[in-house]
Amino acid sequence: MSAVLEGRAEGPTLRQRLAARGIDGATLLVLPCVALILGLFIYPFLYGLMLSFEPKDGSLFGNYARFFGDPFLYGTIFKTLRLAFPVTLLNLLIAIPIAFRVRLMRRQRLLTTLLVLPITLGTVLVAEGMLFYFGPQGWFNRALMAAGLLSTPISVLNGYWGVFISLVLTGFPFTFLLTLSYVTGIDPSLENAAATLGAGPAARFREVFLPLLIPGLAITFCLSFVQAYSVLPSAVLVGDPAGATRVISIAAYQAAFEEYDYSMASAIAMIMGAVQLLVVVAVLGCRSLFYRGPAAGAKG
Amino acid sequence: MTVGATTFKQLHLQGVRREFDAFTALKGLDLTIERGEFIALLGPSGCGKTTALNCIAGLLPVSGGRIMLDDRRVDVLRPEERGFGMVFQNYALFPHMTVRKNIGFGLRMRGVPKPELEKRVDAALAAVRLESQAEKLPGQLSGGQQQRVAIARAIVVEPPLVLMDEPLSNLDAKLRLEMRQEIRRIHQSLGSTTIYVTHDQEEALSLADRIVVLRDGAIRQVGTPAELYALPAHLDVADFMGFRNRVNGELVGMEGEDALLNIEGTVIRGRMRAASASKAAVAAIRPDDLEPTGTDSGIPVRVEAVEYRGRGFHGVGVTASGTELHFASPYPLQRGAAVRLGADAGRVLVFGDAR
Repeated sequence: MSAVLEGRAEGPTLRQRLAARGIDGATLLVLPCVALILGLFIYPFLYGLMLSFEPKDGSLFGNYARFFGDPFLYGTIFKTLRLAFPVTLLNLLIAIPIAFRVRLMRRQRLLTTLLVLPITLGTVLVAEGMLFYFGPQGWFNRALMAAGLLSTPISVLNGYWGVFISLVLTGFPFTFLLTLSYVTGIDPSLENAAATLGAGPAARFREVFLPLLIPGLAITFCLSFVQAYSVLPSAVLVGDPAGATRVISIAAYQAAFEEYDYSMASAIAMIMGAVQLLVVVAVLGCRSLFYRGPAAGAKG
Repeated sequence: MTVGATTFKQLHLQGVRREFDAFTALKGLDLTIERGEFIALLGPSGCGKTTALNCIAGLLPVSGGRIMLDDRRVDVLRPEERGFGMVFQNYALFPHMTVRKNIGFGLRMRGVPKPELEKRVDAALAAVRLESQAEKLPGQLSGGQQQRVAIARAIVVEPPLVLMDEPLSNLDAKLRLEMRQEIRRIHQSLGSTTIYVTHDQEEALSLADRIVVLRDGAIRQVGTPAELYALPAHLDVADFMGFRNRVNGELVGMEGEDALLNIEGTVIRGRMRAASASKAAVAAIRPDDLEPTGTDSGIPVRVEAVEYRGRGFHGVGVTASGTELHFASPYPLQRGAAVRLGADAGRVLVFGDAR
């Protein structure tokens, strides 16, 4: 009995017990980050959420009722989805085969540098470029007319396809780089093993690569989708901001800076967030149906 | 899919070369392997042994030469068309498939019907004694178990040729010994042909019917373990076979088959292994064969260190010119003591003109 008590008295110190739970001096290093998240994300988010429940008409759900009662407003959800979904899917479908080729290349760094450029340039510059390139006097129309394929310039811009192309251009590098990192993360000896066991290229992709890639591709899809869903500049610059490409961020922008109804703008932002969250949760939910462990040959 | 021949008489490597940019990893290998043989490719890291194995498997294209199964050319086939089984150093198990699925993969790719597939997978599981782990994922197994899965996966398709790339190098010493016996047992029970890459001479000696010693992308010697162990043809091979002592000396004459070598004023006898144009030669002696003579013949050394080795003592001595000699001693020695070391003439190998 006394031995037990003594044992407890001489047991591990508080510091040791905290360390056993993974809390030590280094844990303090997360504090600046926590402060940043609290100040720049959590607080504005909660502030906006509260604001969205204080509409001009005084009722609690006034903004939300107005949004879902007006097709001009709630229609933006689907217009944005109609852009963001196919764009993300297309980017992913283009990125996978290219990543499979690039993973075997030796000068990957040069290529990745080239691909990062469009990300750094930003959507506005890309949209500006498109305005010239696809314009009536741009290379696109002139080349097609010179080739005799067109008699009068066609207008790609100022509509759905203008924004679509711009989103593909700006979104692809991001999607590709993420996909590449997942593809190169797969132990190449797995492919060799599959080959020596008699699996041809198609079977190797289907049986080995794809199941191991799906979790990563789901994450890539989510991140790319969220990026595409919050499109604003190109929807205005190369789209049809009053019609086909009246995306949800335009509705929020107009509420905030044309009607000066910050409460309504906050409500729209919340709805936008909810839609994104819904898609992300759905995609990640599907992901859990697949194997999610390490993509290398376990230990060894 | 037309997967490889089920059987063959001989595998021929004919001048197989492999270049990586400016670096030549294989400088033209010529080798004939009989059906049913267990061949070890032995050599230090970077000697080209894994490259050779990958070329045979089809994972690396050859830069020159041919690989023939009897009179069928296989170096032009893709790996999935060769039908060889391969065991990888890191096992390369599919992490998302259960042990059963992993082992059944090759059969499934060959379109084996399900009932037969299940039966053969069960047999393979039994052969490597993993019946109870069949539904686990590879990540849940220990290293030795993963290794056995990798072997079962390679042999379940009954390949005419099994290729193993240092399969035991990631295991601990005890498990390595057990798996060595397992591999030998499986090879014998299947009657398959095995090519086994290793840098461990003990593994090669205990497993192989014939050992191929590689160095700098070229074959140095081919022979049975006994031949290589007793009479290595080259100083490099001797080095690999445990001839740890290499002493420079001067040839002073021949007596029958024995060469007389003057080492720092002491003449010792040894078997001539490689002729010498000049008088310079190297004597190679295993530490176990070099012992204190107890007389006033032998090479004089000063004892630097003595270790207890259970059955005896392992000593390190230094000659007058500073050459280190490792030797065995049945009795303990004091550090700093002066002893003379000698070995039977049959245990001393003399290599001429060695570089």
